[in-house]
Amino acid sequence: MQGETISRDFPAIDAIIKKYGERKEFLICILQDIQARYGYLPREDLERVAEKLGIPLIQIYSVATFFKAFSLRPKGGHTIQVCLGTACHVRGAERVLSKIKRDLDIDVDETTKDMNFTLKTVNCLGACALGPIVEIDGKYHGNMNTTKVESVLKKYSTKMKE
Amino acid sequence: MEKIESPLELEKLRKSIQSKKKKEKTFISICAGTGCRASGSESVINAFKEEIKFLGLQNKVGVKVTGCHGFCEKGPIIVIHPKEIFYHNVEKEDVMEIVSETIIGGKIIDRLLYVDPTTGKKITKESDVPFYNKQKRIILGNNGKIDPTDIEDYIALGGYSALSKVLFKIKPEQIIEEVKKSGLRGRGGGGFPTGRKWESCRNAKGKLKYVICNADEGDPGAYMDRSLLEGNPHSVLEGMIIGAYAIGSKNGYVYVRNEYPLAVKHLEIAVNQAEEYGFLGKNILGSGFNFSILISRGGGAFVCGESTALMASLEGKPGEPRAKYVHTVEKGLWNKPTTLNNVETWANIPIIIHKGASWYSKIGTEKSKGTKIFSLVGKINNTGLVETPMGMKLREIIYDIGGGIPNKKKFKAVQTGGPSGGCIPEELIDLPIDFEKLTEAGSMMGSGGMIVMDEETCMVDVAKYFLKFLMEESCGKCVPCREGILQMGEILENITKGNGQPGDIELLEEISTVIKDTSLCALGGTAPNPVLSTIRYFRNEYDSHIKDKKCPAGVCQALIQYSIIPKKCIGCGACLKQCPQNAITGEKKQPHIINPEKCIKCGACYDVCKFDAIKRV
Amino acid sequence: MEITLNGIKVQVEDDWTLLDAAKFYGVKIPTLCYHEGLSPYGACRLCIVEIGEGDKSKLVTSCLYPVQDGIKVRTHSQRVVKARKLLVELLIARCPTSKVLQDLASALGIEKIRFKARYNDCILCGLCVRMCEEQMDAKAIGFVSRGVKKRITTPFDIKSEKCRTCGACIYICPACLLRCQGPEPPSVLCSGCLNFSPPCVDQYKDVMCYLDPCVACLKDKGENMKKGGKK
Repeated sequence: MQGETISRDFPAIDAIIKKYGERKEFLICILQDIQARYGYLPREDLERVAEKLGIPLIQIYSVATFFKAFSLRPKGGHTIQVCLGTACHVRGAERVLSKIKRDLDIDVDETTKDMNFTLKTVNCLGACALGPIVEIDGKYHGNMNTTKVESVLKKYSTKMKE
Repeated sequence: MEKIESPLELEKLRKSIQSKKKKEKTFISICAGTGCRASGSESVINAFKEEIKFLGLQNKVGVKVTGCHGFCEKGPIIVIHPKEIFYHNVEKEDVMEIVSETIIGGKIIDRLLYVDPTTGKKITKESDVPFYNKQKRIILGNNGKIDPTDIEDYIALGGYSALSKVLFKIKPEQIIEEVKKSGLRGRGGGGFPTGRKWESCRNAKGKLKYVICNADEGDPGAYMDRSLLEGNPHSVLEGMIIGAYAIGSKNGYVYVRNEYPLAVKHLEIAVNQAEEYGFLGKNILGSGFNFSILISRGGGAFVCGESTALMASLEGKPGEPRAKYVHTVEKGLWNKPTTLNNVETWANIPIIIHKGASWYSKIGTEKSKGTKIFSLVGKINNTGLVETPMGMKLREIIYDIGGGIPNKKKFKAVQTGGPSGGCIPEELIDLPIDFEKLTEAGSMMGSGGMIVMDEETCMVDVAKYFLKFLMEESCGKCVPCREGILQMGEILENITKGNGQPGDIELLEEISTVIKDTSLCALGGTAPNPVLSTIRYFRNEYDSHIKDKKCPAGVCQALIQYSIIPKKCIGCGACLKQCPQNAITGEKKQPHIINPEKCIKCGACYDVCKFDAIKRV
Repeated sequence: MEITLNGIKVQVEDDWTLLDAAKFYGVKIPTLCYHEGLSPYGACRLCIVEIGEGDKSKLVTSCLYPVQDGIKVRTHSQRVVKARKLLVELLIARCPTSKVLQDLASALGIEKIRFKARYNDCILCGLCVRMCEEQMDAKAIGFVSRGVKKRITTPFDIKSEKCRTCGACIYICPACLLRCQGPEPPSVLCSGCLNFSPPCVDQYKDVMCYLDPCVACLKDKGENMKKGGKK
């Protein structure tokens, strides 16, 4: 993105900041709302937040990189979250994750070239009865195993690579 | 709705709600906790609503969408009141039949009933199901009875009466005395006496004080806090308001995990309703006491379970803990006296006030009072949330309530306390569970996660799993935690890859001691526990990995091999198609063979085989 | 206020930390992330001391721990020294090229690094971050990410408008300015430039030995050398 000039939607950002009364303690909530709107945290927006709240940009950058919920890069159309909670782990979540990685040819926190999928892991979704669990765009797919991966991914693929 | 301005008005309102509810005799309570939702309870709810509307029964039969009932294994769950008929694994296709047969016809549908696996008998009533009847559900019990998005449901069951009692009849010091007498200890991890914490905060200098509810449940495999917020958020709010009054605080925060969207939603609704009814805000119930609650969503960091890290995060900073040589009850959020308790602790408060400290302190063991909610997960038949009196034996929880281990596998260990806890082996299965006993066994209570492991779980792999988790979740500030865990993880990685060296176990122990001794916060201070407890109880497994280069449980990829048992293989070709490496060959209807040179040990064949013909050693 | 420092009762000011007290009475405690002109951070943990007695004794960071009346402090107990050694060992594995760390290692008598060296340039002591923020009022750099991925950089890893290139961060850095050229794989430890006299690291129950040079130690070392020579 460096050097590129994009006209950002600052009124929308300002509205989010205003929603929280321009209060510094809601920095994380403000970032979450921006992330929810754009799928990631665009640099220009963070600079705007820094200016509006009067916080050093480095603090916002620290927060944005510290917490798992935030991403500084645009995400793919579908976000896959593989639960790696302990209950899912003992039921074989690791194997499911490697199968997804192989099928999509990406690593965790990466996005497929066609921008269709972003792969993430989560520490626990709290639906341990159905483990191993894979969440795609908020929908839970329970009792996953390596065999099921393909058919589940297919549902979300616009064009599945053969 | 006009604000309630006196205890009398509250009681009047309660009576009118109760009489309104009485008319609605039959109602179907449908679990819509995250577990049941994932199993499809939303479509069941919609089907019920449509069917009842279609038959014009809206005035006779109510549909109550509730929070988590706890028995997540069997979701979606429905209970038909007043007869308390319990149906499990309900699908939307069953709805029409349930309405016509059970609700109109009064007949029981056999196939939806729960079968007791030990006796083989079918059980009709919810409270007769062994999963429930061995529990003591004083905190979770109301989850199945109320619609969490309707404050009147909570009021109907006596909600906010504890608050109205303390505001007008009990002095703040007396409340603290009562909480101290109850013996309540923090349910978030350390088990610090709640009353003492409140007292120090009340006595701390300064007018401005804060009350925080830690709802950033980060233990993987524990979800009781989420269920409480989703299913009964007002009980948590009521506890917080009482606490704030006792301490002398006007401002509260709930720091809730953003990965729990439903909990956030229900909490927001609850806070709005409580404000509307006058339980939050200015001049609460006409008492002159002011208190407000703001909701802050966490950004996803396990370390924020550490109070100082959570407070840093609330201040809009990265969640780095600081040294607690000056306690947070004196200098916490924005350097002001702060009381932080977790969700379950707050939910205990209204009950203690309502039923009295002496009633409460009769439950539990000498030093651990009350009940504790555990999330029983992993290799267990009845996955779900379990609330038992402190001191219940592990055996009762795992076998009587949990229904034992699936697929006739052998029980090996239970992991408690999350990444800060440890593994308790089979020989300690008669251990009564309370704060002290768990610590003595080298684990800890933590927030109450109980991950059951069977013979197919590798303990070295479990230790490695937790270290890997902590490596990512450590804030990275202090050297022992950041560098120490990394090095321990590397040693374990080597061991599980077959590159373990003699002396590795001793080195792990040496690093552990220093991490425990010198880490800045409790995340680091407890980080070695999973490793130390598995070394303590399962040293032979470490030895097999290091000396014999074998993984007895068949988990560590580098140390296992997949092969096909010719006698069991019918040559269906399913594995052949799944294998990403084309490592499997064989004619149709003839036993197949895996080429170990090509095999990447992904386990796809093992998962797909319906004949147990794939061997993993 | 009175505290017991290594078995000796000493008077201290109310607003001192344990490190202040030790410094005042001439007891040397190694530090890395501490600097007099900056706020204490408590990350390197090298300044740990043991307080209390028996089962209840614990290690605390002296740069942060406020003095308390009657507190018993041991700055070089076995538990402390053992922990310090491992901490330095862990740090050297991360950044073997820091002369400051190599000097600490020789002072502590570390003879071997048991971990794989990673040749990172930064030990994350955070001195530069605090220097930039507190003394230079620039706030141009800070900590980014967490856990093992934690590092120090400018926002978005590009030149910061706030940075005035004053160089204070480089001036204060214990890892990057004083590069040690010595260690080569596989040894990692150089021990080459023992540029200050090694203090005696033998310790007794409460105190460390201050005799320098100490006859007993010299004699002991001599014997060890003889034994080594025979092999």
